[in-house]
Amino acid sequence: MEVSVIKKYLTTIVLFALLLILSIWSLFIGVLDMELSGLLQGDSAHLEIFLISRLPRLLAILCTGTGMSVAGLIMQQLCMNKFVSPTTGATISSAQFGILLALLFLPNSTLWGRAVFSFVFAILGTWIFVWFIQRIQFKDVVMVPLVGIMFGNVIGGITNYLAYKYEMTQALSTWLVGHFSMVLRGRYEIVWLTLPLVALAFLFANHFNIAGMGKDFSQNLGVPYNFVLFLGLTIAAMITASVVVVVGSISYIGLIVPNLVAMFKGDKIRGTLIDTALFGALFVLVCDMAGRMVIFPYELPIELIVGIIGSVLFVALLLYRLSHGRKAIRLGRKGGGAA
Amino acid sequence: MQVKELTKRYDGKTVVNQVSFAIPKGKVISLIGPNGAGKSTVMGIISRLIARDGGTVDFEGSDIGKWKSRELSKRLAILTQTNNIQMKLTVRELVSFGRFPYSGGRITAEDQEIINRAISYMELGAFEDQFIDELSGGQRQRAYIAMVIAQDTEYVLLDEPTNNLDIYHATNMMKIVRRLCDELGKTVILVLHEINYAAFYSDYICAFKDGRIARFGTVKEVMTKENLSQVYGVDFEIMEIAGRPLSIYY
Repeated sequence: MEVSVIKKYLTTIVLFALLLILSIWSLFIGVLDMELSGLLQGDSAHLEIFLISRLPRLLAILCTGTGMSVAGLIMQQLCMNKFVSPTTGATISSAQFGILLALLFLPNSTLWGRAVFSFVFAILGTWIFVWFIQRIQFKDVVMVPLVGIMFGNVIGGITNYLAYKYEMTQALSTWLVGHFSMVLRGRYEIVWLTLPLVALAFLFANHFNIAGMGKDFSQNLGVPYNFVLFLGLTIAAMITASVVVVVGSISYIGLIVPNLVAMFKGDKIRGTLIDTALFGALFVLVCDMAGRMVIFPYELPIELIVGIIGSVLFVALLLYRLSHGRKAIRLGRKGGGAA
Repeated sequence: MQVKELTKRYDGKTVVNQVSFAIPKGKVISLIGPNGAGKSTVMGIISRLIARDGGTVDFEGSDIGKWKSRELSKRLAILTQTNNIQMKLTVRELVSFGRFPYSGGRITAEDQEIINRAISYMELGAFEDQFIDELSGGQRQRAYIAMVIAQDTEYVLLDEPTNNLDIYHATNMMKIVRRLCDELGKTVILVLHEINYAAFYSDYICAFKDGRIARFGTVKEVMTKENLSQVYGVDFEIMEIAGRPLSIYY
């Protein structure tokens, strides 16, 4: 019995241990020298680097990885499509659009002001996308992310056009390419919002699972389908927006991480959410550390590293899914005609 | 359950027209009829999945629309063919969802007992830790039925439960339907395409045509040459096999 309990949580324990070790290691990577001994001796310069830059950066990375993968997990469940994510579901580009509008109309807005705009537009964009794919009911699974990518590019195009027109490209670029180098104490705390949102997602995990089985299935069990759909998408969009506001766009994590975890652990959210969150955090942390070490003392933006690894994994995933016969075998809803 | 003057229109076209009937308790009732006759729509309406345009559905003293969805899901279960079958859930996880109306996400010891019974009743013990997307069509259908059993409702509604199953699994499914009624005392209402399954395994048949009820009665009453020819528009012969009317159409 006890062996089986350990076996059941083995991946969780291993992921957690790895994350802990790498987190501590990551604190000591950087241009400025910071030693553990100095920290322990109470050296104020070392302590300052630690508190102002290193620790915030680590926390931002952990929140980003956790948040983006959980957001992707929720979106994939609710849309019944393994290729939907904040990147392929127009959430990220909508959040960026929101930030641009905040920069345009409220030039003096604080980080929080921009966050509110970003939240609102991320939620709206995601809702519109999901409403659209539910209307059309594509036969082929791959169509859904394609439509999402196109929709995202349309929004991105508008964002870019407005940015050019009002000479905002410079300001906007911070949010277009995700990177952690600007994360400092006092200007990243919004990203903490991901944690209560992830906790909320855990609370509603069974609801999301049931809604992911289909509308009829949820109604049969007395689960209010539309409410759960809206709640889940709102949570996912808010998580995404709070990441985009602080670190910018980080693609693929919401797509790759939940898929990889689900391949081994299944789709029961209560059973996979923690692993997904841990693995997501680990993935982002490793990418960030790589970005910091490859051309030390300079660093590559995380978006670049994640983009390279993510796109390769995405293609691999696509091929795997297509060859393993998990195409959209979803049976169409029987309307009056097929009765 | 009492249905009165049920009406449903899609885009101005009336697909269910003034349908009234009463469902006898503790029996198996099959809804049959040609495509587009409205039988699945009627089933959707009486299980609150589809909104109606007129009429009443009286369930245990109050209208189906007045029931709290969660309360209703302890009394009436509906299984359609529109479930997401790509989901990687184990059989046990799926069956556990049947307890959701009672316990939400927190499965109690009593729930666990009910889930175990449902799994063994459907003889799924050997697969309980397998993912449902890896099962055969027949096994998966049994897993869904096990979930409905765990849901522990008086009424069970099944929309084309034999759809996509071969003869062996379809016949087994019909035997299961019979057992749900005879052994577990449930009222089972199902939409069926195979008339002979309806004739062999149900107590009552409700035949639909053009959104109306053409005939509703016991199997013997409905299964006549004239009734079936009128409903389906082809010639029928009725034979008696094992004391049951069996139809041949050509």
